[in-house]
Amino acid sequence: MILLSGNEAIAQGAWEAGATIGVAYPGTPSTETMEVFAKKEGVYAEWCTNEKVAVEVGIGASCGGARVLATMKHVGVNVAADPLFTAAYTGVNGGYVILAADDPGMHSSQNEQDSHYYAAAAHVPVLDPSDSAEALSFTKDAFDISERFDVPVIIRSSVRLSHTKAPVECGERLAYETKPYEKNASKWVMMPAFAKPRRKVQLERIAALEAWVEECSYNQVIEGDGKIGVICAGACYQHVAEALPAASILKLGVTWPLPAKKIAAFADSVEELYVIEEGSEYLTQAVKACGVNLAAPVNGLPADGELSPRVIREAFGLEVPPFKESRTDLPGRPPALCPGCPHRIVFKELSRLRAIVTGDIGCYTLGALAPLSAMDTCVDMGASVSMAHGMELALAGTDHKPVVAVIGDSTFGHSGLSSLISTVYNQGTGTVCILDNRTTAMTGHQGNPFNGVTLQNRPSRELDLEAVVKALGVEDVRVLDPNDLSVVRENLKSATSSDALSVLIFRSPCILLDKKHPAPFAVTDKCTSCGICATIGCPAISLTEGFGAAINHTMCVGCGHCSQYCRFDAIVRG
Amino acid sequence: MKTTTVLLVGVGGQGTISAADILARAIMGAGMQVKISEIHGMSQRGGSVTTVVRFGPEVKSMVSDLGAADVIVSFEVTEALRAIPQLSENGSMIVNAEEIKPLTALTGRVPMPENAEGYLNDMGALLLPANEIALKAGNPKTMNVVLLGALSKRLDIPTEVWEEAISGRVPPKTIEANLAAFHAGREYIASIEA
Repeated sequence: MILLSGNEAIAQGAWEAGATIGVAYPGTPSTETMEVFAKKEGVYAEWCTNEKVAVEVGIGASCGGARVLATMKHVGVNVAADPLFTAAYTGVNGGYVILAADDPGMHSSQNEQDSHYYAAAAHVPVLDPSDSAEALSFTKDAFDISERFDVPVIIRSSVRLSHTKAPVECGERLAYETKPYEKNASKWVMMPAFAKPRRKVQLERIAALEAWVEECSYNQVIEGDGKIGVICAGACYQHVAEALPAASILKLGVTWPLPAKKIAAFADSVEELYVIEEGSEYLTQAVKACGVNLAAPVNGLPADGELSPRVIREAFGLEVPPFKESRTDLPGRPPALCPGCPHRIVFKELSRLRAIVTGDIGCYTLGALAPLSAMDTCVDMGASVSMAHGMELALAGTDHKPVVAVIGDSTFGHSGLSSLISTVYNQGTGTVCILDNRTTAMTGHQGNPFNGVTLQNRPSRELDLEAVVKALGVEDVRVLDPNDLSVVRENLKSATSSDALSVLIFRSPCILLDKKHPAPFAVTDKCTSCGICATIGCPAISLTEGFGAAINHTMCVGCGHCSQYCRFDAIVRG
Repeated sequence: MKTTTVLLVGVGGQGTISAADILARAIMGAGMQVKISEIHGMSQRGGSVTTVVRFGPEVKSMVSDLGAADVIVSFEVTEALRAIPQLSENGSMIVNAEEIKPLTALTGRVPMPENAEGYLNDMGALLLPANEIALKAGNPKTMNVVLLGALSKRLDIPTEVWEEAISGRVPPKTIEANLAAFHAGREYIASIEA
């Protein structure tokens, strides 16, 4: 037995099933799955520019006869929804398994959404492992299910499955032979003439899946005292089993389609039937649609956030252990841009300009927090550029602050590029800042098209960002050093005061990419306690009234951002 | 035997996750079931971090809960205060007596909590200067293993099993330093509880 996280177990299961191709875009809590898969023997794995591309590469690879694993976070499934829905028409050749990793509680996401809805809407079966051991075995079996029913299969995870390590027994790799590719336009060319018959095939498949799911051993009854019956799935099952030890539980391993007969039989075997699920109504509605009556816990389950044994016991009005209230004088500890982060000066200057900043997804979203407070919006990958255009349209003809989009290099590659094409095409104005820190930093420094680093370190090429932007028709494209205050200040000023669309590429590698740093800075007795250095939000700088500023020597990476702001030459190296 | 819940809390970058890994190895070495739950992502950027280790003959849920932690090991004083509601009625706390100010407090926008160590002492928490102990034992980076040494006095896992778990997890060059740190943590507890 070894300890594997749910993500590691999914990678292991895919490898054991003989999958040879892996495709993904990084996103918490899914990222490590593809990183681990990529290190296995005899596999090819790549980061794609976004999840839609990944799922399409996966369809192609499956069509070509290989077993394929695609991984993404829940919001990535939104991006990939288009190919997913039609892949449920074409079906597969080699088995095709897609990981959708949800983030109830929003530990690292902009929303909480339930990927079960996608499975149901696309008519794609979804498996719900409840721990690492099931993550491995379900994933392994999912490839067989995919080929048997000629359909992609979704493995639905959540942060508590993906990021919980538990004991797992690993097995051998199956000797899977890539299936031969045969041209078959009626299966793979989804134009109306062919899609109509495939829709019929899909309906037949749904009936076949509905029959199979009644017998599937993944849907398991755990006998209890028969008074309370609970239907649940995934990691949520673990909370239920602990919170309600006497309950009879129907633990669903397949959550679309549902085993209607099994559910009805289970309902008959218990006095009261409940559905327990996390921040969603999916399972509740789907079980009700099976024609059974559900009871509601006396205090109700929360409609949002994560569950825990205590939360479930409270919902059922059961005794819970006492606890000591927290002190109310505790300072929060939100994450912050690292000392030396090359994004810092850009945000400080945007704040000084009082610009309307449309932001995007990445480390730099932290620029929204005090003291920088330099972001007005953040919605989804690539939205900074498109929202800036929309904002300009609404504010046109008014006396308004400059509108500036801020986006990272990887996010720009993911979907900011298509937004920028649209802005240029529609003669949009404004300023776009691409914070090119040469990596996909937030998720742990993955490669992307603009740094030319690939997942398995295969040779690639760096896409020439400035050439790409120029080729779109942007005339004012500048490549700038974000660590130089005067450069940042002057260029933001000139770009935002012109009517033309400007793209400022601020290029400097993420500070975490290089462990070697120049000598740290220190504060001399010239310090007047003016406090300006504390306004850049560097975790290495502290300010004590009456005593002035101080720099934490072990945290300081010698970037000198603060010294450029000091008007009294009080911050010096060494 | 019920499931035991250990909560490791601290600030991103302090080594809570590797400490949890060592603890889990020791638990498995002692023949018990274990689950470790951790939250990645934003924690890399200096935020509060929490890792939950649950073990026993059988482990179901992987999360901690209000009033549920049998032991809280805090790598930092303010995070120990933040974790108090998680502590069970008969639970114990082991706290590294180090204060790391969050950004808001560094810049004087909010004050640090007053009398944090005194408050923890009054609650019966065990405070130890783990950074200092690690430094004396030979390597300041072994602070997390000093805390595991202290924790080992609260758990029923044989010392040899701990030693094996540490040796199997830390970089080979640092095994000796980490074992020294582990024993220094144990001895510190023994000395104050003697």
